[in-house]
Amino acid sequence: MQEKHTMPAPARHYFWNDPDKRALVFQIIVTVAILGLAFVVVENTLSNLEKRGITTGFDFLSQESGFGIIQSLVEYDETHSFGKTFIVGLLNTILVSVLGIILATVVGFLVGVGRLSNNWLVARVCGAYVEIFRNIPLLLQILFWYFAVLRTLPSPRQSLDLYDTFFLNIRGLYIPAPIFQEGAIWIGVALLLAIASVWVIKRWAEQRQLASGKTFPVFYTAAVIVIGLPLLAWFMTGQPVHWEVPALKGFNFRGGYAVIPELCALLIALTLYTASYIAENVRSGIEAVNKGQTEAAFALGLPKSRTMQLVIIPQAMRVIIPPLASQYMNLIKNSSLATAVGYPDLVAVFAGTTLNQTGQAVEIILITMSVYLLMSLLVSLLMNMFNKKMALAER
Amino acid sequence: MMTSVNNAEMAGSDSAMIELRKLNKWYGDFHVLRDIDLTVRKGERIVICGPSGSGKSTMIRCINRLEEHQQGDIIINGREMTNDLKDIEQVRMEVGMVFQHFNLFPHLTVLENCTLAPIWVRKQPRKEAEAIAMQYLERVRIPDQADKYPGQLSGGQQQRVAIARSLCMNPQVMLFDEPTSALDPEMIKEVLDVMVELANEGMTMLCVTHEMGFAKTVADRVIFMDEGQIVEENEPESFFNNPQSERTKLFLSQILQH
Amino acid sequence: MIVNENPVAARPAPASNRGIWGWMRQKLFSSPANTVLTVVTGWLLYIGLTPVISWSFIEADWFGSDRSACDGGACWVFITARIEQFIYGFYPEDLRWRVDLVFLQTGLLLLWLMPQSMPGKKWGVIYALSIFPISSFFLLSGGLGLEMVDTHKWGGLMLTLVLALVGIVAALPFGVLLALGRRSEMPVIRFFCTTFIEVWRGVPLITVLFMASVMLPLFVPEEVVFDKLVRALIGIVMFQSAYMAEVVRGGLQAIPRGQYEAAAAMGLGYWKMMRLVILPQALKMVIPGIVNTFIALFKDTSLVLIIGLFDLLAIVQAGLADPKWLGFAIEGYVFAGFVFWFFCFSMSRYSQSLEKRLNTGHKA
Repeated sequence: MQEKHTMPAPARHYFWNDPDKRALVFQIIVTVAILGLAFVVVENTLSNLEKRGITTGFDFLSQESGFGIIQSLVEYDETHSFGKTFIVGLLNTILVSVLGIILATVVGFLVGVGRLSNNWLVARVCGAYVEIFRNIPLLLQILFWYFAVLRTLPSPRQSLDLYDTFFLNIRGLYIPAPIFQEGAIWIGVALLLAIASVWVIKRWAEQRQLASGKTFPVFYTAAVIVIGLPLLAWFMTGQPVHWEVPALKGFNFRGGYAVIPELCALLIALTLYTASYIAENVRSGIEAVNKGQTEAAFALGLPKSRTMQLVIIPQAMRVIIPPLASQYMNLIKNSSLATAVGYPDLVAVFAGTTLNQTGQAVEIILITMSVYLLMSLLVSLLMNMFNKKMALAER
Repeated sequence: MMTSVNNAEMAGSDSAMIELRKLNKWYGDFHVLRDIDLTVRKGERIVICGPSGSGKSTMIRCINRLEEHQQGDIIINGREMTNDLKDIEQVRMEVGMVFQHFNLFPHLTVLENCTLAPIWVRKQPRKEAEAIAMQYLERVRIPDQADKYPGQLSGGQQQRVAIARSLCMNPQVMLFDEPTSALDPEMIKEVLDVMVELANEGMTMLCVTHEMGFAKTVADRVIFMDEGQIVEENEPESFFNNPQSERTKLFLSQILQH
Repeated sequence: MIVNENPVAARPAPASNRGIWGWMRQKLFSSPANTVLTVVTGWLLYIGLTPVISWSFIEADWFGSDRSACDGGACWVFITARIEQFIYGFYPEDLRWRVDLVFLQTGLLLLWLMPQSMPGKKWGVIYALSIFPISSFFLLSGGLGLEMVDTHKWGGLMLTLVLALVGIVAALPFGVLLALGRRSEMPVIRFFCTTFIEVWRGVPLITVLFMASVMLPLFVPEEVVFDKLVRALIGIVMFQSAYMAEVVRGGLQAIPRGQYEAAAAMGLGYWKMMRLVILPQALKMVIPGIVNTFIALFKDTSLVLIIGLFDLLAIVQAGLADPKWLGFAIEGYVFAGFVFWFFCFSMSRYSQSLEKRLNTGHKA
């Protein structure tokens, strides 16, 4: 009994009491377990596929697809390969994502700034917008726009029209398309020239302002040049660009660009849904800029617009950009809901139709997932670079 | 009823830099400033003190329109403060302000902080603005920090940059809103030294502060505010040694205890 | 020298600054531009909202048995006639009391756990994590003498709630483990956890659901057959645990170093330190974040429509295709949208109030 009151003799050093060795053993066990699990899964999959008579591998990519796709940015018909369906789907995903990102950014910034408006009514309307659209599942919104709105539009003969140039009916949205004739290239050249000269003028104006303090109305000059120069080229080359206005021929519209209703519905829903999140990012970004910053700028005599441009926005953007990037990523991922209304995006075409036709589930799902994974890795890489640069600039 | 135009020297109103007449302000239903009358002559140094919530910050923030008043007149250098944006901008160019929390722009370097307003408001060429900024940074004794960002400086250094930034606009009046309250004790002196120098050069100054040493050294008048009104004003000597009002006595006993 | 011994009494603000007129002058008509903005916005609201209100309330028809009850305006008869199906799916009518019992338990638990001060919250949590899931499982699916109900008969709001609740509760422990793993000092563990988290966060849920429904059966021996609902749940839980891990990690990162050092100094080992000191603090801190991921999950459950399960949205969608009720798409979606909105909005308000409570708690 006496021993209990004395210090215990130093215990023998068992190797499992050494934290480093313990960690090493634990890591080895986990690795073995995971590899073992992976082995079992691969084994099962191979035997299951064999029983179903599905050959593994990526050979199917070169086989003829045999199905059509309602919208393609590149040349495609049913004689093209399954590999081409991947390209078509990917391009359609990119198309709707890029358009969605642009529109959602515009709407999101407007609503976000609107929520901070001094005007009570505007702030309330913007707040209601955010609370409504971000609390309803995106899928429901896509289905709503497609089935409840666009699918109930009138037939082509009773199209809704705007000045007889834009037409909206159950088959989609028809907008005029430019027809380029000989000499049209000069208009493009003029436009490029105009953009280049605006850039030069902007640089010059900045230099001059820094050197002499004199300001120059860059915006108006730029507007005149960018609109004026191509217009001048258009007249001088004998008006070689015409607008082909869609027109009702028989049962449908011919000419112009046709935007399929699936794309419209997806785009509207993605834009309104993502914009409600972007608006919140914008609002909190601007609110994150200390009120003292505005006051200090005002106290120095800077007018409201300059305070925004030189003090508030540069600081707010640092807060806004990282969550904005993850919203863009969410939009790209959410565009996969296209499959619910039949817009031929990557998931609908490749992980949907192509998978059903070939049965190559494993390969197709892995390819599809890798595409999204690559995109999000790219976005987070860019974000890390951005954050590092910002961290450097402030300390 | 009190009025500050009882001073014999105050004959010519052209020497009045700032004039507040029957100034009243409410936050919602709360009456923050009540019938404030105050005249500040060119070159005068005034220290304003009082318990927190007495309206002293609000009063000087009304002078450059960071706060809007509801009744009474504010006349700065002969220009009446109205709702007119041009008037407000003009007044703000002539009135510099230093804040309790410095409010430097964290995304700009020290030098850019100082040249921002001269370039965009005074329309000075950058070279010239930078040269002037360097002069002022030298005067506040931190020219070597010009290319650093505010986050890299100590509180005292930041506040000195903030003073230099205001001076770059070449203001006629400087307002100080508790410039040393957010500073660690060892940094207070470096900021006060700069302020004393500025005072000795004849700058018109309105300073909300509890630094009684500063008040004794440079102030022409000390003003004590409580509950939104000016309770007592006097030369520093008599103000500290012989306060008249009970409220002033109570306040002074509280801040001079330690 | 001036001495002013007589205090000026506070006066009420001038009339132009007070009351409804003062408020309107400041918030709606403070400048000409603001006035124009107010008038234009008000006018747009008026022309936009009046037809909506008149359609959905004034001219709407609420009760009846078929579409003949509707004339102009919204036909809510479509909803009221099918409300049972929207709530219970194809669950046998005579057994729906079992679902009601689960709803009742859920409601009582919410009332018990959500308010700030309720007695015996600890017991509520224990009940919610032990008796509640077990009893709900047997009540819904049968067994223990209750008649079995196959999961393909589950549907509607009930299925939506099952997916969301199971998803969040099962994802929590995985999320905690993954978060600890990602912050572990063992490189191999960190690598596996980081990879797992980033992969699931990088892909759309729909591909995860596809994977769960198409690939999962291939991964296991042929004899093992997963129910469609179970497959969807596996996918949802894996996906959700990655997001949960990031939320928990945020909480772990917010715990000051001193807490770890103090716990280590007291001689606590890793698991005791986590269980007794770090996790209780971190998890409390991230409750708003958990509620937010729950909202996201609640909305995301609607995606099971694509793999053929009949959640609330899917069953409304199916009802729209009923030949007897064609043409009521707007009513259907508005109803489903309102139900989802109601749940998500209340939860987000709850999360905001929690956040405020926690913030003040930290400052005090």
